[in-house]
Amino acid sequence: MTKLLEWISVISAVFAVWYSIVGGYVKHPIIDNNISIILVSPIIFVILFGLYAATVVLYRVFTFNNCEEAAKELQAEIAEARKDLLDKGMKF
Amino acid sequence: MAATALDSEITKSDKYSILLPTYNEKENLPIIIWLIVKYLDNTDYDYEVIIIDDGSPDGTLDVAKQLQKIYGSHKIVLKPREKKLGLGTAYIHGIKHATGNFIIIMDADLSHHPKFIPKFIDLQREHDYDLVTGTRYVDEGGVYGWDFKRTRGLRCYEIYFRVLLQWWQKQLKTATHSNIKFKFTIYKKLYKKDILQKLIDSCVSKGYVFQMEMIIRARQLDYTIGEIPITFVDRVYGESKLGGSEIFQFAKALLYLFATT
Repeated sequence: MTKLLEWISVISAVFAVWYSIVGGYVKHPIIDNNISIILVSPIIFVILFGLYAATVVLYRVFTFNNCEEAAKELQAEIAEARKDLLDKGMKF
Repeated sequence: MAATALDSEITKSDKYSILLPTYNEKENLPIIIWLIVKYLDNTDYDYEVIIIDDGSPDGTLDVAKQLQKIYGSHKIVLKPREKKLGLGTAYIHGIKHATGNFIIIMDADLSHHPKFIPKFIDLQREHDYDLVTGTRYVDEGGVYGWDFKRTRGLRCYEIYFRVLLQWWQKQLKTATHSNIKFKFTIYKKLYKKDILQKLIDSCVSKGYVFQMEMIIRARQLDYTIGEIPITFVDRVYGESKLGGSEIFQFAKALLYLFATT
């Protein structure tokens, strides 16, 4: 099964449950009391997911390891390499 | 006893072919070659560097020829192509001419330091992995020289990638190393030659996306993968080739992989 099919099957299963509740096919006092929340729940879910994604992105941006040392080491090695290659007859 | 002798015989005959596709890298090429020689001549590993230049107008090929003169044609192999034909076909071209039984793929732009190559090889030997990949996410791995926008871009892509392609995926076999399930690894890698050939044959995309597809295919084919923490220092010379249109290509290709894998 491709990822696309996996997505379609999960989304349609969730949609079927949601629609049966909203469409009045399932009756229960809890459903009747919270019908407005259930109606907008897909939108709430999308917003929450967006917030989650934004938080994760920001968190990871600020905790990304900045390798100061590696950059310094590389600069020193570049200088060494150029000098050695010039000695070996390289023309830059 | 006989088996042990045979094993060591095989180990002795291992050879590593490093593929270096280049396009306008005349500043970086001598440095990267010098570094590869420095770090690999310290070891007993047999290797060759195959430079695949795609007709760079800046004279990268002339620089490569000078380097071949200095280090010898058994170590530096030149397999240039007439014009810019892309990364994917560069690897196919390189493999065709590789004499090693292992292939190492890396960029010539100095962002992947050759000092990590012996670590890749050691880890592969220790566990007999099908491929070993570099990651910037564990231990001392990381990046240097990236601004907020770029880091944010990368992180956004990871989420996009993860949500689309790896939501319910089983964990990769990475032994003692971290779980690469959620990682967006497109970096330096070491492959068994036949494994790389099979992976390339099963891939459909081109360019940067090609490397991403390879890791997805590797997981589908149940190959064992090892991981080495690496540092990524942003390119010192030359322009980054990852522009706006490439980012768009990336997004498109991910959607394509989403629908087909």
